[in-house]
This record gives sequence, C-alpha cells and structure tokens, in this order.
Amino acid sequence: MTTDSAPADASRSRPAQASDAVRLEVKDLEVRIGASGPDVVSDIGFVVPAGQVLGLVGESGSGKTTVALALLGHARRGLHISSGEVRLDGVDLLKLSRADLRAARGARVAYVPQDPAAALNPTLKVGTQLKEALRVHPAAVDDSQDRVLEVMREARLDATPEMFRRYPHQLSGGQQQRVGLAMAFCCRPSLIVLDEPTTGLDVTTQRHILDTIRSLCRSYGVAAVYVSHDLAVVGGLVAEVAVMYGGRIVEIGPTAKVFGEPVHPYTRGLLAAVPSPGRAEVLAGIEGHPPRPGRRGRGCSFAPRCDFVISDCWSEPPPPVLIDSREVRCIRAAQVRSAVTDRPSPQSGPAADGSTPALALRAISAHYGRTLALSDVELQVPPERCVALVGESGSGKTTLARCIVGLHSNWTGDITFQGERLAPRLRDRPREVLRRIQYVFQNPYTSLNPRKTIGQIVAQPLEELLGLPFRERSERAAQALEDVSLGSDFLSRYPDQLSGGERQRVAIARALVVEPDLLICDEVTSALDVSVQAVIVEELRRLQRERHLAMLFITHNLALVRSIAQHAVVLRDGAVVESGPVEQVLEHPAHEYTARLMADVPRL
Amino acid sequence: MAVEASSVPAPAQAKDQGAARHPWLRVLSTAARTPRGAVGLALASLIVLVAIIGPFVSPGSPDALATVTFVKPSGQFPLGSDFLGRDVLSRVLNGGWELLLMAAAATAFGIIVGTAAGVSAAYRRGRADGFIMRTVDVILAFPQLVFALLLVSILGPRLWLIVIAVGLSHAPQVARVTRSATLDVTERDFVKVAELQGMRSSKVMIREILPNLISPLMVEAGLRLTYSIVIMAGLSFLGFGQQPPAANWGLMINENRIGLQLNPWAVIVPAALIALLTIGTNTFTDAVARVTLGVDRLPEEAVLTDDLGLGRTT
Repeated sequence: MTTDSAPADASRSRPAQASDAVRLEVKDLEVRIGASGPDVVSDIGFVVPAGQVLGLVGESGSGKTTVALALLGHARRGLHISSGEVRLDGVDLLKLSRADLRAARGARVAYVPQDPAAALNPTLKVGTQLKEALRVHPAAVDDSQDRVLEVMREARLDATPEMFRRYPHQLSGGQQQRVGLAMAFCCRPSLIVLDEPTTGLDVTTQRHILDTIRSLCRSYGVAAVYVSHDLAVVGGLVAEVAVMYGGRIVEIGPTAKVFGEPVHPYTRGLLAAVPSPGRAEVLAGIEGHPPRPGRRGRGCSFAPRCDFVISDCWSEPPPPVLIDSREVRCIRAAQVRSAVTDRPSPQSGPAADGSTPALALRAISAHYGRTLALSDVELQVPPERCVALVGESGSGKTTLARCIVGLHSNWTGDITFQGERLAPRLRDRPREVLRRIQYVFQNPYTSLNPRKTIGQIVAQPLEELLGLPFRERSERAAQALEDVSLGSDFLSRYPDQLSGGERQRVAIARALVVEPDLLICDEVTSALDVSVQAVIVEELRRLQRERHLAMLFITHNLALVRSIAQHAVVLRDGAVVESGPVEQVLEHPAHEYTARLMADVPRL
Repeated sequence: MAVEASSVPAPAQAKDQGAARHPWLRVLSTAARTPRGAVGLALASLIVLVAIIGPFVSPGSPDALATVTFVKPSGQFPLGSDFLGRDVLSRVLNGGWELLLMAAAATAFGIIVGTAAGVSAAYRRGRADGFIMRTVDVILAFPQLVFALLLVSILGPRLWLIVIAVGLSHAPQVARVTRSATLDVTERDFVKVAELQGMRSSKVMIREILPNLISPLMVEAGLRLTYSIVIMAGLSFLGFGQQPPAANWGLMINENRIGLQLNPWAVIVPAALIALLTIGTNTFTDAVARVTLGVDRLPEEAVLTDDLGLGRTT
C-alpha cells in the first residue's frame, strides 16, 4: 500500500477508460448566489462515459441538487451559474442560447425529479403526458405512438390502453416513477439527471426501479448522474461516485474504492454512520453541522467537524490530491488513510424479560371511517427494552402509535399500560398517563411551534402535565437540553435557527423532560441526514439505557432496527406477520415477507 | 429580571429579548424594503401624518364662517372656502383624524371577531364549524356597504355603532381567511403535541395556532383597513357618519359637490387624500402579502430554505 499522493491535474482528473466515449464532461462548475455573491458550489468537475452512471452523494445543503440542475443549464431562483463548462458530446450546454437550451432539454438532456407525484400533472392522463414530450421534440424520434409503447415496455409499465387512460393518482408510487423514467428516456437523450428518484418508495419498489434505471442506462448508452443522499442505494447502482460536502466534491473515484476504503474524513464519517442490516453495531455520527450554503469558511469546509484537523486545514481550501485511483480534497489524505477505525457492537441493557410488560396490546383493530387500518394486532413492550415496529408505508405502524398515545380513538381491543387499561380517547385519560407515555413525531420541521423559543417548547409539558412553577420549569428545561447534548444557549433560539438534527433533539428533550416510562419514536430519523441519524439513534440508545425507558421504535428502515432494538415486530397491511428477538427476525425470518424485505434492503 | 431574561423561558421575557426578530416585525421590515412596500408605506404615512398633525397646524378654526361661499383659492385661503364660507384648508387638516381612528377601530374589531370565529370553526370542526360558516355565508350574501348601512339605519348614526357595524361587515371575510389558514396549521404536529400534553382547546388555539396566523392576518388587516377607510368615507358621504358641522373628508365631498364649478378644490383635495391613503395602504399590504408568500423573499433566504430541505417530508 504505497501512498501515491500527487497533486492532480485539475482538468483531466482520472484516466478515463479509453474504450468508452466520454459523453458528459463537467469542468470547474461554479454556482453563486446572485451575480457576485458567495458561491454555493464550486470547482465541480467530473467525466461520465456513455452508458455509465455517476453517483452524486451528499447530505442536505451539500449542493448536490444545485449541481444536478446546473447540468441542465438551470439555476434556482436567486442562484446564478457563474462559470464552468458542461460539455455534452463536446457541446457546452452553458453556452447555448435560450432557444437552443430549451430544444436540448428533454431531447438531449432529461431530468427525473424526486417526487413523481408532484412532477406529474394530476389533470392529464398518463398517455397524454408521455406523448407530450415527443410532441415538443418531434425531430428527436420518428414514430411517436410506437415510441411511447416501446419506452413504456422498457420502463416496465404495462403498455396497455388502460394505462394510457389513467391519471397519475391512480398509479402507485413506483408506477408514477416509471412514468417519469419513461418520459425522460422517450426522446433518447444523451444525458439523464436523476434527482433522488427512489426516495419515498418502499425498499422492494426501490429495488425494482433501480434495476430498471440500470438496464435503461446501459441499453441507451446515456450518461447518467444519479443524485442521492442514500449511500447504500448509490453503492449498488453506480460504478463511480462523487461525494459532496459544503459545495465541493471532496472525494471522487470508483465506487468500490470510495465506499470500500474511504480516504476523506467526511466520507469515512458518512460510511460509519450508515446502519447495516447484517450486524448490530454502534453507529458513529458526525457531530456538528455542515456549513450553510454560501457561508463556507476560508479553509477546508469540513475542518470544524474533522477528527484529523490541523492548523493548515483552516488556511485555504485543500487542492485535489490523486490517491489510490481517486481524487480527494484533503491535505491529510495519506494520514487519514492509514488510520483505522473500529465499530464496536452495542451492549444491550440487562435483561428484564419475564416481568409484566410496560405496554401490552391485545387484539387491536382500528378503523379510518370504514377502512380497516389495523386488524388484531398483538404487541408487547417489556420494561427497559426497545421494541422496533417495522413496516412499509401504509402498513399501519403510525396508526398503531396514534392509537397508543390517544390521537386516534376509533379502535377496539385492549391497550394495557403498566397494568392499567387505556381509554381510547385522549380526554378520558388522566394527566399522569399522558405524562408517562411520550411520543416523538417523525418530522421535526412540523413538530416544533416555529413561533416559540426552544426554552418555551421544552418547558411547556412541565407546565401542562406537571403544573410546575416557572422557576423550576426553566431549570428542568435547561437540564433536559443538556441531556440531549444541547447547550443552554439554545433556550432562547427559535426552531428555524436549528438544523434538523438539533430540532429532533429538542423534540426528544421535550418528551423526556417529564420523565416518562414509555417513549414512542415514530420514524424519528427519516427526515434527517444519515450522519445526523446516527447521532440521534446513539443518543436515544444511551437515554433509553440510562433512564430505564421502555421504547417503541417505529421505522421502515430495517438496517436501523439492528442498531437500536432488542425485539422486532413486522407489520404488513395492518397485521403483524412476525415478531421476536431482533437477531431471529432479521437473520432467520420465519415469514416470507420479512425475508423479502431483508433481501431488498440496499447494502453497501 | 434582566439577568434572568437570557436563561428563563417565559412568553413575556422571550418577547422582550426577541423583539428584533419577532416574526411580524421581520415581515413588515422586509416588506418596507421592497420598492412596492416603500412607496405604499411612504404614501400612507404621509396622509396619516397630515391627519394627525393637521389639527395642530391648521391656520384657522374649521367651523368659523370666515368668508363668503365657494371662494376660489387665494393667499388668505389657499384652498378657497366651502358651501358655508368656511376655510377648506382648515377643514381638510381637521377632518382626517376621526375618519382614520374610526377606520382603524372598525378594522381591529372586525379582525378580532372574524379571527375568533374562523379559528374556532376550523379547530373545533363539526357542528361549530357548520354553524359559524353558514352564518358567515348569510352575512356575505349582503354587499358590505349595504350591510353596514342596514345596521346603522336601524340603530341610528352613532359613532361607536358605525365602528361596530363596519367591523362586523368585515368579520365574515376575515373568518374565511383565518379558517383556511387554521386548517393548515392544525394539521401540523406541534398542535398534536399540545393536545397530547392535555392542553385545553382554547389554550391550543390562542397559544399554538394564533401566533402562526400572523402573516395572513397582517395581509388581511391591511386589506380590511383599506376597505374600512372607503366605507367610513362612503357612510359620511351618504350622511350616516359624523354629522355636520363636523369636519370629515367624506362629508366634505358630499357638502361641496354642489359648488364643484365654483371651487373644485373643496371636493378634489379630500377625495384625493382618501384615494392616496387607500392606494398607500393597499400597496403596502400587497408588498406584505408578497413577502409572506415568498415572492419577494431575499434571494439568499430562498436558496437557504430550499437547500436545507425545509418542508421536504418523506
């Protein structure tokens, strides 16, 4: 293992395979706020050969979507592509006139947006929307009708008149995204930009869509750029990957190298934060938060969060260094590479099984109007243990949580909490019960009142549930924030001054400040970046152990279950299909559904 | 007290220390910095200033019979005289503040009643919602001015009554706007959090929902103020407002229109003041609306909120 670090030539970064024709070449791309404001992304350069997919990964705010849009010659409101080249088959898209650029979009450059439900026009039939693209670019393909049928088959949609006549809302999420793909591919473009096309889809659907994308890219010989925050998805799909942080590409190279032996401290941190479905391990998050777009410091933008930081890191942005067939922006690349990290397994708390469960659900059936949302659900949470409730979207897991806390009252059956039966309706439950069961919502962007300070938010349950005097409330609120690793300077801030991870910690502090016995966490990390997710999960695990909490951890992410829970319950279409100790459920699934879920989870 | 303020979370303290970044102040100051908002605010403030300091700088008494009727402007009477020979300038300077005060009071009344109705309809849903909104529909079936006229003509032209009548005629529209805004806010999780803490529903509405309605309410208040001014002036013009010999811009237009050929200024000046005031408030309201909708957001803010993935849910 010799470290062949040498300053790389900026223009020609890596030796591209001679056999493949270079379709897309991006050089020194820079996007600024306004005409002369600070840059949001800069020094972006990569090459994509025909038929290849480049993965562009990064967390929110890293600038990956800004780059993706710039490849189409587009900048969002307030942004401005200030310099650089986007060469597609030798032609610089950024130098085209408005009319030429418009002609190129759709025909030669196509875009697949993140949310297909929002991207398709709900008032137009699928067939109309598919034909629309061809009608706008009649020169691109000869025979429209046949072409639409052909591309639908290729996108694995039923090429039937019924499908043509459907409206987007009559399709499943996966089908909608297939329509999006068909629209993108129908004019045979040279470049396709895919912006998180599988986010929000179930793992099984996601795997099928990814298969389709892979085969379409190969058969069309397009250059594709796949933007994603999900490392596991990208790892399975692309040959080459670029990791973005703070508006720059910090590491770019072959996927096997970058994900297998990451060199940049950020890439290493990111990979350590990804939970694995295969083994239980302590997740290592990255503390701190990324620079806000356009507010980067002078030196390396990762320096404030980096374990390897030295004083030189702060002085100027690190130049790209070629090391082991990839390009890394880190002046300490060689040292970082030789450092080893280990990932210990978590210790589960003392077994307390055998005693009466903290929470027991018997024969729970719940309705929304006439729709049956849950049928005959049985579930137990032993004291001081964490039970994971796993299921895909629509499986009824959130409904179950709402029944337990009292937000949904249309159910039958028995919910027993510490030996007491719970009333279905919230207002029939005594305050003491409300205090002992706390619920953390999925989305920290809507669960904190934007008009209140963090101090007010955390102190509120103390006033409502315990009726504590003002002075004591504020002391305990400060202590609660301390417990979730937030300083007391957060007390006077407002939610919009906080990052997603910080917000979720506030939500957890608010739940724990009243010292509950049962904590219900509903997809608490699904709105967060993976590095933040790891921090939150570790925080929850620590708190659960320290405070002897019983916890119901609801998630769709099977990989996470391994890291936090001791028991797992798998829910499908409102019914429990399997339950048991985590190792048993994940490693030797008894039910075919669990086995399939496990098989479809993307792995690094 | 001041020492505690930094570490103690209480509504009162937070307001003090957070005054600079209080949400509605921020919206207003951003709106005032857009060209549209600056023009509107300048125009409206100018007229308001005329109305407020007018009585103090007025050259003579508004009620004194100073000369003969409908004298053309001259050095002694810069805007001429009215149908009774009173100084038009003095009457213009004295005739604004009461109109403004009544319009503001009516707007405040309408906003309060309308918001109370709209928020509780949306939050309580069910029967309360149906009852409140059907009442609103009935009131909305009358044109606003006719509704106010109806109330005033039944109960007589007393000033407090006019304020209440005009305010009530605003309430239905305000209720509609706040209802739809409340429906949106109620769906957010922090309202459910408050419910899970066993908070009373009246407290949920006041402490959790109301602060989040500030943006739509500001726009609504501006719009309603504009209408109030017009309706107040209209009522005066029709003889239901302040009674002669009081100086009032609306009343002046009515009294002096018979002498339009002799001294047009006695009509044009009060009419122009009312017009400029409503244009000013309306333009500024428009600027506020654009800021709250995000059309005129500063570019940096737009970029930041987008890139931080706000509002992006899975």
